[in-house]
Amino acid sequence: MTDASMDNPTPARSRSLSQTDPNTRRRNAAERRFRAYGMAAILVGLFFLTVLFVSIVRSGLPAFTRTVVTVDFTLTQEQMDAAESELFKTKAYSNLFIASLQEQLQQRGMTVEFDEAAIERLLGKVGGTLRAHYQANPDELSQPVAFELAASSRVDGYFKGRVQRETLQDSRFLQLSDLDLVDALEEAGIIKQAFSWAFITGADSGVDNPGGAGIGASVVGSFFMMLVVLVLSLPIGVAASIYLEEFAPQNRFTDLIEVNISNLAAVPSIVFGILGLAVFIQFMHLPQSAPLVGGLVLSLMTLPTIIISTRASLKAVPPSIRDAALGVGASKMQAVFHHVLPLAAPGILTGTIIGLAQALGETAPLLLIGMVGFVARGYPEGFVEGFTEPNSAMPAQIYTWAARADVSFYEKAWGGIIILLAFLLTMNIIAIILRRRFERRW
Amino acid sequence: MSFVKLTASTLAIAAVSATAAAARDQVQIAGSSTVLPYASIVAEVFGENTDFPTPVVESGGSSAGLKRFCEGVGENTIDVANASRKIREKEIKACADNGVTDIIEVRIGYDGIVFASQQSGPDFAAFEPADIYNAIGATVVKDGELVANPHQNWSEFNSDLPDAEIAMFIPGTKHGTREVFEEKVLLQGCEDTGAVAAMEEKGMDEDAIEDACFDVRQDGKSVDIDGDYTETLARIDANTNGIGVFGLAFYENNTDKLKVATMSGVTPSTETISTGEYPVSRPLFFYVKKAHIGVIPGLQEYAQFFVADEIAGPSGPLANYGLVSDPELAKTQDAVANATTMGSGS
Repeated sequence: MTDASMDNPTPARSRSLSQTDPNTRRRNAAERRFRAYGMAAILVGLFFLTVLFVSIVRSGLPAFTRTVVTVDFTLTQEQMDAAESELFKTKAYSNLFIASLQEQLQQRGMTVEFDEAAIERLLGKVGGTLRAHYQANPDELSQPVAFELAASSRVDGYFKGRVQRETLQDSRFLQLSDLDLVDALEEAGIIKQAFSWAFITGADSGVDNPGGAGIGASVVGSFFMMLVVLVLSLPIGVAASIYLEEFAPQNRFTDLIEVNISNLAAVPSIVFGILGLAVFIQFMHLPQSAPLVGGLVLSLMTLPTIIISTRASLKAVPPSIRDAALGVGASKMQAVFHHVLPLAAPGILTGTIIGLAQALGETAPLLLIGMVGFVARGYPEGFVEGFTEPNSAMPAQIYTWAARADVSFYEKAWGGIIILLAFLLTMNIIAIILRRRFERRW
Repeated sequence: MSFVKLTASTLAIAAVSATAAAARDQVQIAGSSTVLPYASIVAEVFGENTDFPTPVVESGGSSAGLKRFCEGVGENTIDVANASRKIREKEIKACADNGVTDIIEVRIGYDGIVFASQQSGPDFAAFEPADIYNAIGATVVKDGELVANPHQNWSEFNSDLPDAEIAMFIPGTKHGTREVFEEKVLLQGCEDTGAVAAMEEKGMDEDAIEDACFDVRQDGKSVDIDGDYTETLARIDANTNGIGVFGLAFYENNTDKLKVATMSGVTPSTETISTGEYPVSRPLFFYVKKAHIGVIPGLQEYAQFFVADEIAGPSGPLANYGLVSDPELAKTQDAVANATTMGSGS
């Protein structure tokens, strides 16, 4: 028996599937390695996503709270008249408020030493809010009104841990002794942190007034721009792609158009901004800094994206559908509009939403048409004004805040990013839902 | 059919755009990023205190702003250009070529330029213009010879300075701050180090010497920052040895991160700048198109509001933010009230 086995020096390779030979093992190992690489790639991606997400949320969340001073304040008609007669009216209002607060604190018998200047350092710019309130509600004169007004950015920083006693250097913005007053006021419940509706609903504010800055107005600006983009680029884009895909003859000319559309999709967005400045503002005399012009520029940018995705989804509709429609006597146009377009609609909508989301996050083209900068008009007065009145856009607002000296604006920039991301996420989810719901596969 | 509806809405948008070409009701401002904070403070307060809408203030640098200012007269051009330097002859000519002939120059105050480094970085406490020139000038004097800048460390040419690598972040050429930096620091340093004398010996004429003095080394030791001061701050944050050029107001807002160095022995502050002791300061301006006054509502009111004692004066919000107020503000107020244009005998 042993001889017999020795006669066979090269044992036949096991052909059994349950036994692995070295070659198979090598191949399997290669596959396992490849899977591991894939997993590693995904993990690295997830890791960076988490880092990004955590850092955005951590830096941005403080923007949603602010430090407020809650005080009852009474303004008499005479005081108002006196304040209104000055050039710097809001300063007069603010002085009245400071005097009133000082009086109230003295009556309470605070143990901490303070003076008028210290109170002024604690408060943000309150004059504008006060004047606006009494202009809108003149019937509230001469009676106590409970105000919740923003504290100064340094005091806000003290509550959020940006400003610390150990590292604080006395300056005209804040002194170490002021922090004792802040602590005492916090104990008395006069100064506290509250959710900042002003950040979500407000408009931009001057560089010395971070407490009053909000992103709301620029959300509205972005909304009107997206409306223009949608209304212009969807019909134009869809019409262009239907013609190119279904009707146009295949010749040199349509080839040229196709190549150009693909090229346009790859053009840097700032180029569209330059074009927009030259054509819409300098030639057509449309208003500067207006969402209308912003929307027009972004439409130019979004059109190629929409055309490309629409053509792809039209192509994905099988020719048998067209043939069947034509076979029962439909005209070419009926075949397209009754059968092909409805089937391609989910793809078209997905492409449009992704194009819009891209346009929503775009800053560069807006730089040149005056939407990046200090645009603090607040909400437009009406629908038409929404297009023509100067406004900013979300990414432009974030960019502007990030460039400001006061650190609390930096925090607001991160907060703005959270809101922008929320919008982008919502749009992408809508796109996914549409695709899931209506997409048909053949 | 939905297509008809969409076409109809397109037409509606077109109609809206047609009506949009109606009169602009807000003041449109662009220019220096140094003046931008002040202009935005004034714009906000102006909107709050008057019935005029809040002006729109864009940034982009003095040169870019003045270029747009000089594009012509009309509603599609800006009304006010902010500048951190005086308008140049060349720019006045470009303006005139495009029909912008009557320009009102308004000086709003002074701004100091400070040299600051990371709070926890090496001890950069005192600079002289000569140190800065030795650090980043393209050609410097070494052992009596004019050579391409060989310096790697600050202590190589001044033993009082720390033994740290040279890394300076200076404003890019489109900023008005660069010009002041060149004239008040580089040129001064060029003279103090004897580079000017050495160049004269070589027979260079005055313009060539000035150009050579303004030349900054290109080997990465000096970095031009084209963005805002926040970009400079970010670069300093990332580089322990970095020295940045900032406006006084920006530094004062970030004292927890930055420490400032003295220049020629003087600590920068609003006081030392207003007395003229601190050497590196410059006036800030804005320029108003006279042709737009009366056409754009609120333009003259904005200019007058800006320079009013309550705003630009020593106790106003601008001074509180870091502007060094102009001792001759009353003269500026008169000029704005009378809309006195440049070159009309003022």
